[in-house]
Amino acid sequence: MNPAAVDGPLLIGGHEFESRLIVGTGKYSSNEEMVGALRASGAEMVTVSVRRVDLDRTRSEAILHHLDPNEFFLLANTAGCYTAEDAVRYARLARAAGFNEWVKLEVIGDEKTLLPDVYATLEAAKILVDEGFKVMAYTNEDLITALRLEDAGCVAVMPLASPIGSGLGLVNPYHIREIKARLQVPVIVDAGVGTASDACATMEQGVDGVLMNTAIAAADDPVSMARAMRLGVQAGRLAYLAGRMPRREIAVPSSPTRGMLD
Amino acid sequence: MSISGSSIERTVALEVNGKPRRLPAGTSVTGLLESVDLLPGTVVVELNRTILRRPQYDEAILSDGDQIEIVHFVGGG
Repeated sequence: MNPAAVDGPLLIGGHEFESRLIVGTGKYSSNEEMVGALRASGAEMVTVSVRRVDLDRTRSEAILHHLDPNEFFLLANTAGCYTAEDAVRYARLARAAGFNEWVKLEVIGDEKTLLPDVYATLEAAKILVDEGFKVMAYTNEDLITALRLEDAGCVAVMPLASPIGSGLGLVNPYHIREIKARLQVPVIVDAGVGTASDACATMEQGVDGVLMNTAIAAADDPVSMARAMRLGVQAGRLAYLAGRMPRREIAVPSSPTRGMLD
Repeated sequence: MSISGSSIERTVALEVNGKPRRLPAGTSVTGLLESVDLLPGTVVVELNRTILRRPQYDEAILSDGDQIEIVHFVGGG
């Protein structure tokens, strides 16, 4: 069998995932559309957020009325937190819901760009790892921060492709490849993917997976885009494993030059 | 003639999810959740920054000035 066709499962924190695509559950126009998109994406792990219950019942947002925790592995995030203290608080609340001890740690440092505060992220990561959490840390595409997060005991490090919700795609493939080359824990590229070619190009860098939300939820047809993302991630993974041809700055003919008619 | 304390309904003033709320004195967290039609298994409750375990809901009696957060999972990335 061609070795390129052999790919093991994605192993994160002792848990095996067949899909290398992790998807968010926010911004869908309806819960039915969300569930349809999640299923079309083939993702096993899906992210959720912790928020106050609306006691006036003007909005019904409880996602677990629609999302079966037996069907999807829930990864609670700390989105919206701007300090390590808040992120730790949200992570503890999420764990108290009783599903698992995993958290997508996200500490934002700037409202305009939503870029991560890597210092606060590292501080929170240390506390949460100490408390027994399995931390998947969202970070920027900085190698040193990624190494520090790995040292802190994170089960996965998740550098961004480009800012959250931007859809700009992979802006810094060189740094992403460098992070992947240097870390032992899985590297999941989180945020910034805009369409299937972005997902494919990201996976072609050799990273272990991709996490996205807006690219699917904000598509005109989220269910079809979810399927496109699933195929894009698979294609990129397979292309990486297959090993691409070298780039050349001159043309090389594909057809024989001998045997041409006089 | 005597005034019985029990004839006057005493209340406690506290804050639930950032909004002021009055509840009858002696209300437990279980009672609070019932008053807002929430099932204990669907939410997580934090009382004065401490997360309560579900078995504690009955015995946790709310007092004046308590700050309660009731949270759940919503869609997010």
